Amino acid sequence: MSGVQTEIRALADREYKYGFVTDLDMDTAPRGLSEDVVRLISAKKNEPGWLLAWRLKAYRHWLTMSEPQWQNVKFPPIDYQDIIYYAAPKPKKSLKSIDEVDPAMRAMFDKLGISLAEQGRLSGVAVDAVVDSVSVATTFKDKLAKVGVIFCSFSEAVKSHPALVQKYLGSVVPYTDNRYATLNSAVFSDGSFCFIPKGVRCPMELSTYFRINAADTGQFERTLIIAEEGATVSYLEGCTAPMRDKNQLHAAVVELVALEGASIKYSTVQNWYPGDAEGRGGIFNFVTKRGKCAGANSKISWTQVETGSAITWKYPSVILQGDHSIGEFYSVALTANRQQADTGTKMIHIGKNTRSTILSKGISAGHGQNTYRGLVKIGKSATGARNHTQCDSLLLGSQCGAHTFPYMEVKNKTAQVEHEASTSKIDEEQLFYCRQRGIKAEDAVSMIVNGFCREVFKELPMEFAVEAQKLLSVSLEGCVG
Amino acid sequence: MLEIKGLYAKVEGREILKGIDLSVKSGEVHAIMGPNGSGKSTLAQVLAGREAYEVSGSALFNGTDLLSLSPEDRAVAGVFLAFQYPVEIPGVGNLYFLRTAFNAIRKQRGEEEMDAIDFLALAKERMKSVEMDVSFMSRSVNEGFSGGEKKRNEVFQMAILEPTLAILDETDSGLDIDALKIVANGVNALRGKERAMIVITHYQRLLDYIVPDRVHVLAHGKIVRSGGKALAFELEKTGYAEFEKKVA
Repeated sequence: MSGVQTEIRALADREYKYGFVTDLDMDTAPRGLSEDVVRLISAKKNEPGWLLAWRLKAYRHWLTMSEPQWQNVKFPPIDYQDIIYYAAPKPKKSLKSIDEVDPAMRAMFDKLGISLAEQGRLSGVAVDAVVDSVSVATTFKDKLAKVGVIFCSFSEAVKSHPALVQKYLGSVVPYTDNRYATLNSAVFSDGSFCFIPKGVRCPMELSTYFRINAADTGQFERTLIIAEEGATVSYLEGCTAPMRDKNQLHAAVVELVALEGASIKYSTVQNWYPGDAEGRGGIFNFVTKRGKCAGANSKISWTQVETGSAITWKYPSVILQGDHSIGEFYSVALTANRQQADTGTKMIHIGKNTRSTILSKGISAGHGQNTYRGLVKIGKSATGARNHTQCDSLLLGSQCGAHTFPYMEVKNKTAQVEHEASTSKIDEEQLFYCRQRGIKAEDAVSMIVNGFCREVFKELPMEFAVEAQKLLSVSLEGCVG
Repeated sequence: MLEIKGLYAKVEGREILKGIDLSVKSGEVHAIMGPNGSGKSTLAQVLAGREAYEVSGSALFNGTDLLSLSPEDRAVAGVFLAFQYPVEIPGVGNLYFLRTAFNAIRKQRGEEEMDAIDFLALAKERMKSVEMDVSFMSRSVNEGFSGGEKKRNEVFQMAILEPTLAILDETDSGLDIDALKIVANGVNALRGKERAMIVITHYQRLLDYIVPDRVHVLAHGKIVRSGGKALAFELEKTGYAEFEKKVA
């Protein structure tokens, strides 16, 4: 396969086109983690006492925890004292409208391709732009307010809707949940808050852009989405980050609550800086995402396309508490060069006649190590539960790895749990077929891989699906095997 | 159009083609017949540019050194191989695949690419020659296709890409009479002065429908006999044993 071998050359170092830094005046906390830092964060945000108390409980609990050891990703020990836990860009004046956003920040958004000014002209996608721990501008609040939808920064929600936040915060991911979620609970800075009232179909897709800007600033985002009875919402999360030499920890927490008959669709296209060809730098994406189908006939659907980060470690999960509730997880995860991923989902069946679908597509290239880890847990009371899991791995090259750790715990004998898995490489015959038709080898690989991911891409909202396909093609440059 | 001289091909240390000489003029249809293992498919693959083979000798295509070109570039030059066993490409739609190939070739030639709507119209028109249904467009490339459907798909692709040299590798294998007739009709519709075809087959039957100008017998990696279309009938009567003896 000499010709194919020559194609394997090149492009371990794909150009990370979003790599740049913006100089902004930063209001930053001193390096390190302590109770004082937690208090500082809370004070900066003028938080009510109950929230500070919650943070402190989390921080004190965190001190009793140790680093997990079971994961299939390797990284040097994290020095939690070497991180800055708060950074806020100094606003020139308080913002009443988009026009008043700091011009330097506006320029940054332009580079990211999401000019806030343009949002008004686009067909209705509201954007909550979070920059290094502080939400800058929230658009379309008025339009959404007309139907009673609340979409604002988490910090704002604490002030304007404290009862809601207090009721649901930590209800899906308790502050004791895991090392990184506990840390997040202590030092989270900001994120998104969405509330869709009874019977309302959110009129537009809600979206958030994240960005890590200053050096050594970890991102500790906190997002909470609540859909009341019969409500529907589709939420898009897309990330970019600048190049760094030092690893950056991203330990976000996302909680979704779906009441009776409600439906939440959460889509992510993740393109954090993955590190250079030798594996230096790159984001550590240790995220806790969980949804609770609290009411009967509710549905939560996670769709993710993960192509970035040095390490991706996340299990967007669904707790199927309500009878007849549905949980879905669709994932494409790419690990190239020296990237590592240990990702998957947990579907916890509690109510009756619950259903879950898991579709995971892992692509490994270069020296990438891709692990799927999934848990299907059928509780004693979960009569008539059904799960279907399909876990496919595609290996591009001979130096990469794909690993699968499926867990099935079934405590009810009426359950039906199905698991299918496949491991494949790009067939040289398929490649030759495409090339004989005039398609260049790299384009052929891209096309075949996109075909491999098609069932997952189908689940993404249209505009995201296009971005995801492009992202995958760019990420695959040079990965022919 | 195609001038092959002393073509040798080796794979995994085994020599399969042992000095092929073949001359094909524009407008001609040449049949290559031979027993299993004679090297028929190897010849097809080597001409198309499959990289598994160690090749020596020369093959000039309209004066260009074909053997020095990559498979994609050979396609751009106008070479098309109708595969004996067309692979499946899950998740990649037929129409999308063809349009990508079509435009890739056009782009390389500096010609204008076609948009999705115009291409669909073109595809619908060409599909008629192989009696294919529009519904197949949205299916993935060859996925779940019957043997006959796969072969018809190959001819359909040929009708779209309009090659100058078409190599058909056992296009008749696995086909019943009706499917064979449809495929043959599709191929015949593409015959022309500007086009040359190399039809590889075991059986004389296909050549009743795709009538060749020249017939060559391939045995043990060499062309042992060439003649007019009557040669095919002769082979039908005597079998390949005689020809294999000659080379052995």
